Amino acid sequence: MPTDHGIGASSKRREDLRFLTGRGRYTDDINLQGQAFVHFLRSDVAHGRINGIDTSEAEKMPGVIRIFTGADFEGVGGIPCGWQVTDREGNPMREPPHPVLAQGKVRHVGDPIVGVVAETAAQARSAAEAVVLDIEELPAVVDMRKALADGSAKVHDELDGNLCYDWVFGSDDAAIDEAFSKAAHVTTLELTNNRLSPNAMEPRVAVGDYSWASDESTLYTTSQNPHVIRLLMGAFVLGIPEHKLRVIAPDVGGGFGSKIYHYAEEAFCTFAAKQLRRPVKWTSTRSEAFISDAHGRDHITTIQLAMDAENNFLGVRTDTLANMGAYLSTFAPSIPTYLHGTLMAGNYKTPAVQVNVKAVFTNTVPVDAYRGAGRPEATYQLERLIDKAAREVGADPVALRRQNFITQFPYATPVAVEYDTGDYNATMDKLLEMIDRDGFEARAEASRKAGKLRGLGINCYIEACGIAPSALVGQLGARAGLYESATVRVNATGGLVVMTGSHSHGQGHETSFAQVVADMIGIPENMVEIVHGDTANTPMGMGTYGSRSLAVGGSAMVRATEKIIAKAKKIAAHLMEASEGDIELKDGQFSVAGTDKSVAWGDVTLAAYVPHNYPLDEIEPGLEETAFYDPNNFTYPSGAYACEVEVDPETGKVQVMGFAAADDFGNIVNPMIVSGQVHGGLAQGIGQALLENVAYDENGQLLSASYMDYAMPRADDLPFYKVDHSSVTPCTHNPLGVKGCGEAGAIGSPPAVVNAVVDALQRGGYAHVTHIDMPLTPARVWSAMNG
Amino acid sequence: MTQVTMTVNGKPVSGDVEGRTLLAEFLREGLRLTGTHVGCDTSQCGACVVHVNGTAIKSCTALAADLDGAEVVTIEGMANPDGSLSTIQQAFQDHHGLQCGFCTPGMVMSAAALLKENPKPSEHEIREYLEGNICRCTGYHNIVKAIMAASGQDVSAIAAE
Amino acid sequence: MYNFEFAKPSSIAEAVEALGHDEAQALGGGQTLLPTMKQRLAAPATLVSLNGISEMIGVCVNDAGEVCIGGATPHATVAREAQAQYPALAALANRIGDPAVRSRGTIGGSLANNDPSACYPAAALGSGATIKTNTRDIAADDYFQGMFETALEEGEIITEVRFPVPEKANYQKFVQPASRFALVGVFVAKFADGVRVAVTGASSNGVFRWAEAEAALSADFSKAAVEGLSAPAGDMISDLHGSGDYRAHLVKVMTGRAVAAAG
Repeated sequence: MPTDHGIGASSKRREDLRFLTGRGRYTDDINLQGQAFVHFLRSDVAHGRINGIDTSEAEKMPGVIRIFTGADFEGVGGIPCGWQVTDREGNPMREPPHPVLAQGKVRHVGDPIVGVVAETAAQARSAAEAVVLDIEELPAVVDMRKALADGSAKVHDELDGNLCYDWVFGSDDAAIDEAFSKAAHVTTLELTNNRLSPNAMEPRVAVGDYSWASDESTLYTTSQNPHVIRLLMGAFVLGIPEHKLRVIAPDVGGGFGSKIYHYAEEAFCTFAAKQLRRPVKWTSTRSEAFISDAHGRDHITTIQLAMDAENNFLGVRTDTLANMGAYLSTFAPSIPTYLHGTLMAGNYKTPAVQVNVKAVFTNTVPVDAYRGAGRPEATYQLERLIDKAAREVGADPVALRRQNFITQFPYATPVAVEYDTGDYNATMDKLLEMIDRDGFEARAEASRKAGKLRGLGINCYIEACGIAPSALVGQLGARAGLYESATVRVNATGGLVVMTGSHSHGQGHETSFAQVVADMIGIPENMVEIVHGDTANTPMGMGTYGSRSLAVGGSAMVRATEKIIAKAKKIAAHLMEASEGDIELKDGQFSVAGTDKSVAWGDVTLAAYVPHNYPLDEIEPGLEETAFYDPNNFTYPSGAYACEVEVDPETGKVQVMGFAAADDFGNIVNPMIVSGQVHGGLAQGIGQALLENVAYDENGQLLSASYMDYAMPRADDLPFYKVDHSSVTPCTHNPLGVKGCGEAGAIGSPPAVVNAVVDALQRGGYAHVTHIDMPLTPARVWSAMNG
Repeated sequence: MTQVTMTVNGKPVSGDVEGRTLLAEFLREGLRLTGTHVGCDTSQCGACVVHVNGTAIKSCTALAADLDGAEVVTIEGMANPDGSLSTIQQAFQDHHGLQCGFCTPGMVMSAAALLKENPKPSEHEIREYLEGNICRCTGYHNIVKAIMAASGQDVSAIAAE
Repeated sequence: MYNFEFAKPSSIAEAVEALGHDEAQALGGGQTLLPTMKQRLAAPATLVSLNGISEMIGVCVNDAGEVCIGGATPHATVAREAQAQYPALAALANRIGDPAVRSRGTIGGSLANNDPSACYPAAALGSGATIKTNTRDIAADDYFQGMFETALEEGEIITEVRFPVPEKANYQKFVQPASRFALVGVFVAKFADGVRVAVTGASSNGVFRWAEAEAALSADFSKAAVEGLSAPAGDMISDLHGSGDYRAHLVKVMTGRAVAAAG
């Protein structure tokens, strides 16, 4: 329902004013009095034994304050992993230590070995060049299959191999074997989900500070979740109690998952600031980001679909190898398991689904969540597989999907989740309205005349987001809760400050959260201010990722605001000498039902702080409430996506001609912001499908180490998108009925692109091309056509 | 150290710089104009784009000393004299052409340079012109739309808000 | 980057003198050199900016009808000012890097660096240009000597590049999707006495002339004339963006397209 304010309005973003005028305050804009700079000397080999570190010459270099090595961190904890996966035998995953600075061995190119602190960044870098490393290079483990083979070199000597865990989930062997034994047709697909580098445009920065007078440490950092960093770094690494540790994540220039994790550089700067009694700053270069920010994806999968003679899905079985990299990043073990396996039923009523995952250590940068995290991998496998199956049995890919859609809700899948609501036919209907499928043949003919091959790819997706019920994820191995929090502080003159544990780094919370609270009270949005990003002035929250901020953080805000309204009604009842049960709040006015008596919002808030005429025997003065919200289920956004491409058969170059996304996100607070989230997700998904790839050579050297070789999607790679989120089945279990929209675009789009390219090639006579692994670069498409 | 003198956002400024000091560093650290951002080290991302003598350049790939005497305009100098948003800035807000805001200064500076050269660019011309400005948040849709709107073109037919 | 002395002479003579110092290096637009220095892969003691030498900036036509471009002329200026006389060259200049790079990057800087994926070497070699330095004139055929290798001596400055204007010409660039440099770029120029075909991006020896195609196109300037040919695959670059075979294939495709576009 279009509206000009409150929930449902495309309110302009208030944060834009500072960003458009250069007044944002990002971490690198912060410079503290007396600040020193650290440069990290990082491993240039993928695997090696550290036989010696000679810092004697470097210490004599101009400006050097102190040089830290792994030995300085021996009394300090390692970087912790926040999730423990239990394997198919019931044993815990292998969890090797992850030191702040390398100890004994280096395990990937970029592994930090030495931190040189100096008066200027240039001096620190020059001194780092004078450090003499004696590193004995060892054979690198890069390929996951080779890593699991007998006799492979080991990333971690203390483990019995490179396997982190071997995990199975979903239907048991008997059920899955039965499904496949009954099958009239089995489709098999082997595919790779390419490794990506998240590449938020703001490189990571950390500034550590320490006050000896109060024994307090402060860390300014580029984080999506300052409280999580405070907890992990304080409790597990440095042993600083939370009341002596403040973490501030000011304006943050994008995250996409990569700024969830606690990184060694944050612990280093906090530690060194305390040791040196002066602030220590680290600013990553983009080149450094490629070898130190957690990567995403990197799965190799074989997936099979069993269908009966009427094309009903009987079973899905997967075998996946998932790359963990050299160390376990904060949430890494959960990505290929609970964020991936739980989605393998997709939108379909397949009775038997079994997911098998082996997680593998290699001498590469750690891999963790990147926009979608596990769910893009699940969606890509399933939706590519269904497309291939449709082609094999001669079915229409849309009809085959519709035939197998889940239509009854709630629906418990064979992979442990219960979809509360959805309408997959509705989003598919909407998508078909958007793309003019009937006109495709004519467009294809026009392309043919221009020497191009045109293809259309369609697919569905479902995701589980709004993470998550703490009790459930605790059973599944999470070592933290996943609630969210909000404190609503009403000032005497009626304005509100909402302090949230969520963190905004592009999502526009300062605008959309204010819309929600203002709408509930019936006051202008500009009376509500949103505060986030500082552990000193926000309640403990778990931060922003997994499309959770509105569904979980917004729900906490609603609960806190409900408490405010309940108390305000008590005050209003007292002021109007009426019964509390008769008080109604509408458009910022409290009235007594059935009378013309009313008091304004501002009168009530003033009374709360100037309680001259106030029910002090019943309630306290003041008007400030906190709520923590822990959801009782995930939310399940879903949708249908379509991509139309042209392939140049002479060069293999793919051009995206159109992309349409029909999503069901439940209720929408700010349609403008939601569309923007989808646009960005689509660009990242199309980027994965066509352009982006982290590539290592067999020695573990990173080949795609800068924007010269890592292809970021640019404006001329992409079209205008058509997006729609008018199909709404509200979430049944949170107060806003919202589902989350942050990741959908990146989850649903890669299979649409690849389906479209394969369609183009099939129509163009290249019948042997049934699959091409992402990214579908011109060279790969040309090779597939001519292979 | 050598002394450089420039006009930045209409004001004369001077400062001592090393030979290696980049314009971006001089602006951010020397003048505390932190709206100009540095997002890469290979001259690709364009977060650092500023105007020098009327043309857009990458301030991370130019030496401050080489621009002695130049007229520089940064994002901090783009608003109207009364402090209100300029047409381009306003269009970015109206059409949600920014999310995290990190690439935004470079985008606005490139957009301004484009519209100076080409007052009514087509979608294709805008996309080509933005080749050197990488955004990770918006998928470019609303940036292109905002620039078209800023140039006075009707964007109501472009899908979705 | 490492620190250095900075000099900005205002004449060629002063620049030559400044470049006589130990470990002095010339700075053109810096669009490649400065990123290289940021990685600390180059460490000149003195950096001599050529951007203040007005006699080296600009586009004109000489008595022989050649388009003459000052060595310190930015790509954007070439794109604008060579458009009337040599549209294929202007179009090439207009697709180097991105607009902000084109504002700074110079023709002299590009040719002195001779990156194997740069565009200007294809134009210079394809046009049979003359590279004029502070001491001599060098024919393009003698100038390019392999990847990042040129005939320039230490301290020698490209002051001007003179392009004979062909009857027809076109440059086709197939971009490497990340860097946007040429994965393969082919410059085809038809002169009264024959056709020149210069290829950049493809070979590990840097820009080269594809003799077989030149012969075929000199006899018959049509796309069909190159269809039966195979570009030499032996020296082709093979990397994560494409194999040698793919590049060789693209050389042929881009050559055909350049011929077709040249009309």
